[in-house]
Order: sequence, then C-alpha cells, then structure tokens
Amino acid sequence: MIKTIFDKLRPHFEEKGKLHAFYSVFEGMETFMLVPSTTSRTGVSIHDAIDSKRIMSFVVIALLPALLFGMYNIGYQNALAAGMVEQTSFWAMFFYGFLLVLPKIVVSYLVGLGIEFAVAQWKKEEIQEGYLVTGILIPMIVPVDCPLWMLALAVAFSVILCKEIFGGTGMNIFNPALCARAFLFFSYPTSMSGEKVWLAKEQVCSLGYNLPEATTMATPLGEAAAGTNISYSLSDMVLGFVPGSIGETSVVAIAIGALLLMYTRIASWKTIVSVFVGGAIVALLFNFFGPADNAVAGMSCWEHFAAGGFCFGAVFMATDPVTSARTEQGKYIYGLLIGMLAILIRVLNPGFPEGMMLAILFMNMFAPLIDYFFVQHNINKRLARGKQTAKK
Amino acid sequence: MKTLYKIKKGLDLKLEGMAQPPQNGGSVNGLPLAETYALRPADFTGVVVRLLVREGDMVKAGDALFCDKATGMVKFASPVSGKVAAIVRGERRKILRVEIEADKTQGSKAFSVKAIADYSRDEMVNLLCEAGLFAFVRQRPYDVIACPTDAPKGIFVSAFSKMPLAADFNVVATGQEEDFKNGLRALARISKVHLGISPEQINSPLLPVSEVSVNVFDGPNPSGNVGVHINHADPVNKGETVWTIGAEAVIMIGRLLRTGQADFTRIIAVGGSEAVKPCYVKTPVGTPLKAVFAAGVKQGGHVRIVNGNPLVGQKSSLDDYLGAFSTEVCALPEGDDVVEPFGWIAPRLNDFSTSYTYFSRLFGGDRAYRLDCRIKGGERRMIMSGEYDRVFPMDIYAGHLVKAIITGDIDRQEALGIYEVAPEDFAVAEFVDSSKLELQRIVREGLDILRKENS
Repeated sequence: MIKTIFDKLRPHFEEKGKLHAFYSVFEGMETFMLVPSTTSRTGVSIHDAIDSKRIMSFVVIALLPALLFGMYNIGYQNALAAGMVEQTSFWAMFFYGFLLVLPKIVVSYLVGLGIEFAVAQWKKEEIQEGYLVTGILIPMIVPVDCPLWMLALAVAFSVILCKEIFGGTGMNIFNPALCARAFLFFSYPTSMSGEKVWLAKEQVCSLGYNLPEATTMATPLGEAAAGTNISYSLSDMVLGFVPGSIGETSVVAIAIGALLLMYTRIASWKTIVSVFVGGAIVALLFNFFGPADNAVAGMSCWEHFAAGGFCFGAVFMATDPVTSARTEQGKYIYGLLIGMLAILIRVLNPGFPEGMMLAILFMNMFAPLIDYFFVQHNINKRLARGKQTAKK
Repeated sequence: MKTLYKIKKGLDLKLEGMAQPPQNGGSVNGLPLAETYALRPADFTGVVVRLLVREGDMVKAGDALFCDKATGMVKFASPVSGKVAAIVRGERRKILRVEIEADKTQGSKAFSVKAIADYSRDEMVNLLCEAGLFAFVRQRPYDVIACPTDAPKGIFVSAFSKMPLAADFNVVATGQEEDFKNGLRALARISKVHLGISPEQINSPLLPVSEVSVNVFDGPNPSGNVGVHINHADPVNKGETVWTIGAEAVIMIGRLLRTGQADFTRIIAVGGSEAVKPCYVKTPVGTPLKAVFAAGVKQGGHVRIVNGNPLVGQKSSLDDYLGAFSTEVCALPEGDDVVEPFGWIAPRLNDFSTSYTYFSRLFGGDRAYRLDCRIKGGERRMIMSGEYDRVFPMDIYAGHLVKAIITGDIDRQEALGIYEVAPEDFAVAEFVDSSKLELQRIVREGLDILRKENS
C-alpha cells in the first residue's frame, strides 16, 4: 500500500518533475517508510541488516528516559518553587514540562532538518540521519528558559558551521550538539547559566504555576561554585529532582540509556567507563590536595558524577563515534582525559560551573592526535619489519 | 612442525542451501559435456591479454587462447577441446570472453613431464606457464596475476575457506589427495610453500608433505583467507612479493605432473537458498552456469546468480560462465521485489545482523539464514568506529586504510599496509558495515591506482 503511494508520487519529484526541488525530502520519506529495495552491484551480494538509520534510532530511544524524566522534572521544579508539590498530580507536572519541551524539539528538528534537506538536495545526496540524534540532544542540554529563537539560531550555527562545511555527518570534528550549546553559552551567557534560567515561571494551558520573575533556583554545581554547600540531597541528585538542563538531571534515566547503548555496542563502554575513571581520579586528587577554600574541590567524586551534565556528557556526547577517538585503545585515553578535564574545569575555573561541555569539545579536537599515536605505532612496526628483512 | 594461530576476529555466517557432499562416500558426479565453454580475461586480474587464436581455430584442452601482453610467458589455456566459436568484445574492443564449441570427443594437449625432484625452479615455472596453470597464481602486493620472472619470498596456499556457502576443500580433495601433495611439492621447487589449514584438517590425508611449512588457523571467517595467513606467518613488506594459489589449482598442478595432460576440471559447490538441489559437481573452468545449475533455481521471485560465494563472488547470470577462480556458485534471492515498511525499527527476526539492535543474536542460535541481496540502507560516510576491526583479523587498521584509499593518499596507504591486503580480505567488513561502503571495490581501485603509480 505504502509502496503504491510512493510509486504514484515519484514522477513528480524526479528530474523535470514539478516538485524536483523537494526530491531529497521525498527520498528521505520513502527510505524512512520503506526499506530501499536497491540491491548490491559490486562486492558482497548480501549485507548485514544494520544501517545508520537503525543506529541513530536506537540512540534516540536511549535518550527517551532522560527526556521524559526531564519533562516531568520541569513540572516538579515549578511546583516546588510554588510550594504546591503536594497538590499537583504527576500527570499535571509531566504535561506542563511536555508542553514546554515540545516546541523546543519541534524548532530544533524543523531548523536542523530543513538545513539538512536543503544541503542534501543541493549536493544531490541522500539525507543523512545524523541530525535525528543531534536534533533531540540540543533541546535536552539547554535550560528550560531558553527562548526558541535562540535555540533556532544555535541549531543553524551548529549544523552549518560545525557539520555541513566539513562535509556532513561523519566528517565533522566537533560534536554538533555541544557546538550548539557552546554557541549559546558564549553568545548569551545570561540565558545559559546563573540562577534564573532553570525554572519555568509561567503557566502553559493552565498547567503549572505563575511564579514571580525574581524567583531563582540554583543548580547543585552553581551552589558549589558560589562557595556554599550543596543544598540538595545526594539521592535527589541521583534521581534527578534538581534544577538543571532539561535532560541532564537524572542519573537513573541516563543509566537506562547507557545500558541500552552499551549493550547494542553503539556507544563504546571503553569511553564511558574511562570518563568516570578520569573524573574520579581528579576529584580524589582535589579532595586531598585541593585548596581548602574551594567548595567544588571538596566535592566527592560521586557528587561530581551526580551533579550537572557529567553523566549525560559521558554517555551521549563523549561516545559520539564520529568525533571521538577511532582506535580502540585510543578510546581509553580519550575518555580518561575528558573526565579529568571536566572536573579540572569545574574546580579551577570559577567562570564555568560546568566543565563537561568544554572538556568534550576540547578532546574532540585532540581525538585525531590520540589516534595518531596508535596508528603511528602500527606504521612504525611495519617499517621496522621491512628494514629488518631488507638487512637479511 | 605446525604453528597454531588463534584468530579471534571475524564472523561465521550460515546461509541456507549449503552444498551437500555425496552420500556414503560416493564420488562427485561430473556434469555432461556442455555445448560451449568460455574463458574470460577479466577473471585474471591485472593482465592485459594478447589473443593467440582466431574464430574458427581448432584447439585442444591446454592450448593457449591468449597470453599476457607484458611478458608473453603466461598462457591462458582452453579448458576443453573444440572450435573457437566466438571472441566476444565489449566497449573499446575489450575482450569479454573467448567461447569454445566443445568437440564430442575431448582431447587434450600432452606435456612431457619428469619426476618433480628433477625440475629446476625455471623449468617448473615454464611448465606451469605453458600448461596454462601459472594463470592461477596471484601475487601480493596488488592481488593480480603473478609475473613469472619475479622471485617470490613464499607461496601461500589455503586449504580451507570459511566463507558462507564455500566449497569444503575436504570434499573437493577426496580421492585427489596425492595430486594435491604433488602439486605442493612442485610449488616447493619454485619457492618456500606455506600451507594454511584449519584445525580439523591436521589429521586429514592432505598431509603430511615434508616440503612445505604448515600453519594451522583456528577462528571464524575470514581465517581461511590466504591474506590472513600471510599477515600472520610472513607479512609482505614493501618491495617483497609473495605468490598465492588456490588449493583447487594445486590439485591441477599435481594432475598435470602425474598424467602429463592439462585438465581443468575442478569440483565446485553449487548452493544458495534458491538452488533447487545444493550439491557438488565436477566440471571444467568456463562451464556455462546454466549447465552448472542443472537442477535449476527456484521459481517465483527474482533470483541472483553469484559466480563465487555471496561475499566475494561476482554478480552474474545463468547466461554467464563459471569463473576461472570460482570454487563455488550460488543462487540467492535478489530481493528487489521485497516491500518492507519501517525496516529501520522493525524486529526483523528473519534477518541476520551482527548488531545487537537486532534479536537474531539472542534467538538465532545456529540457524541458517536466507538473505537477499538488498543493501538494506543508504551509503553513508564512515560513522561508527571499530566495526571493521571486529571482523578484520590482521595487524592493520582497516578503517584508516580505507580512508587513505578514499582520499588517494598513497604514502599513507603504503604505511598502513596496503601491500598486504586483497579486496577479499575486506569482504566480511563490507558485509557488516553500517555505512554500506563498497569496500572491496574501493580497495580494488586503490590497488590498481597504486600499481600504476609504482610501475
């Protein structure tokens, strides 16, 4: 049935058809609905059933627990600030958050996919599904208060300047989602950090509560950076009932996604584990040798892991196969350095309470260098072998 | 003294339609004589050929049809006796195939042979060249037909293949063990011979041959690839050459030295889920595939004929002829008529995947799959890392090498070990690749360019 519809529509989109300008959209939709029946011409006759669409879809599925919890948490924080947690039902909190997050997702996909479709049409290529993941990641790593126009701008910036100019998915150097966040962070710092942005303050469809404009709510990391003690319990931080970017707060929800990604081998467990190991090492070092007047240096490693975007970054950002190290041994070093740098930035740089984003972007840049050492080792071995036999 | 190599990386793939060996120790049936046979120059990779016959000429089995233009030494012999019926040319007058109309009674060219131990290196090479058997010797680097004037540092033979639907060499060699051993002894006159076997073959009648060094390779596909053997036993360095030859061609060499006659019959596996009767048959190189699939292919639905196994073989048709290097042929569902909505998220229980996003790993067990020829995805840039490495059992960074080939960086290709590989070594990686890159084509083109640059 679906096939007949597409067969009927196809002539309109082909060369000389009226709607040829939208051929990439048509093809994208067709391959989305139907498995393409193209068969191999050269090389292997049979193929593994895996393709990048399925891989990307599974990353999106892995993100869902964190996303759904994030929606609920928005409602919860709003009710908490209004002092109405007892009186508000679970669904009311969830739908309140849902209504606030949905427009962000829609905007992110509309802008991002729009650019991708246009580029695919221009380059006469198939649409690449990399943005499926990026498009959902970006709304999850911004504060709930982030205006839609800002989001749109950040998406456009990252898709064009961080991905497409390098040649599209698979060729980019930096993680596009983090580029979008970095863009916002440095362009509109007041909307991305501080104490005002983590709370939704207006009613939507008569859900939620209107709060006074001056209401503030600090993230655990924000508190620590300000030199005060963290007012949230560790269990709240692990479960995620704390303010923060939409998807990053719940360690439990992220862990579910992490298990799925590691089981399906889409994300490398080597990277994830080493990020945590690296973070723990540096956190411990600061515990023992850190300056006494620095509250962040005194945070234990589990507080570091539970606070802010550490887990989210380790699981969903550091493991991006395109921008991470590609050699298997390199992944250990890559992850280790991300964890170490993230804590280092958190402790020593008072300007940025969160270090994960910068740590990952920084290591994205150095991933090729890490690979270089391992690949070069292989090359040198081959050269030495050649010289040895030449002597004989 | 045998060395055991444990291979961990790779992938064994079980497909429906494995060729059944003859029952109760019977011998493999020979096919009746077909009307025409054909030799295709394109099978002999890297050779520019010069024709030696014209249409209408009479030839015997073993008479040269064409030779290589560069040295003129390597002869490509007619597999049967008969009349040169047609020389089929394609674009730019490239010779596609030379067709021979077979005589009712077959005769073959006689060669004077002596005891193997009495041959010098050059005498042996010349004999193989004249008899059309040197045409089956390939070389690394470049994976092309070898040059008889080269001095290889070793000759590698693999006595097994783990490719899906591949012919089992133990079945093929039954009754021909002595020819196989003599073939190896003959090759040992030329250079050091390395024979790679699987652990099951240690006590088989294919051994012992004291003149060759034997390596045992234990592991999944592609552990039977001669490229893997070379990489583990004696890797190719820049400036070195090794020769490789198929085990089935080694039998032909032994046969030539025993009988003094060129005989290009070999036992091949006919399989695939769409073959009506998967079995082994005995037939010369160049047999029409219609005759090879004597029992026919299943009707209804589109069928693809593959000249070779599903991972390395060429897409072909029933009007084509058995390739010079094909030790098996198979019929697979083409799949271009399959309509499958939302495959990217469907459970797809009947489809095989190495990815854990499918359940076939959990429930599949040891079952055989019926896979069609769809690519099942669009071609992308290399996104996932480590996919190739999991199935590429060589000390080479496969992904990095492929990238160096795509970008045309010759120095880097050399550094990363392109001289050690052949397209077939990338077959399993191409199968599992989620970016659906045509790795074998990429590597072949890379090798061709490199060879041109270095010549």
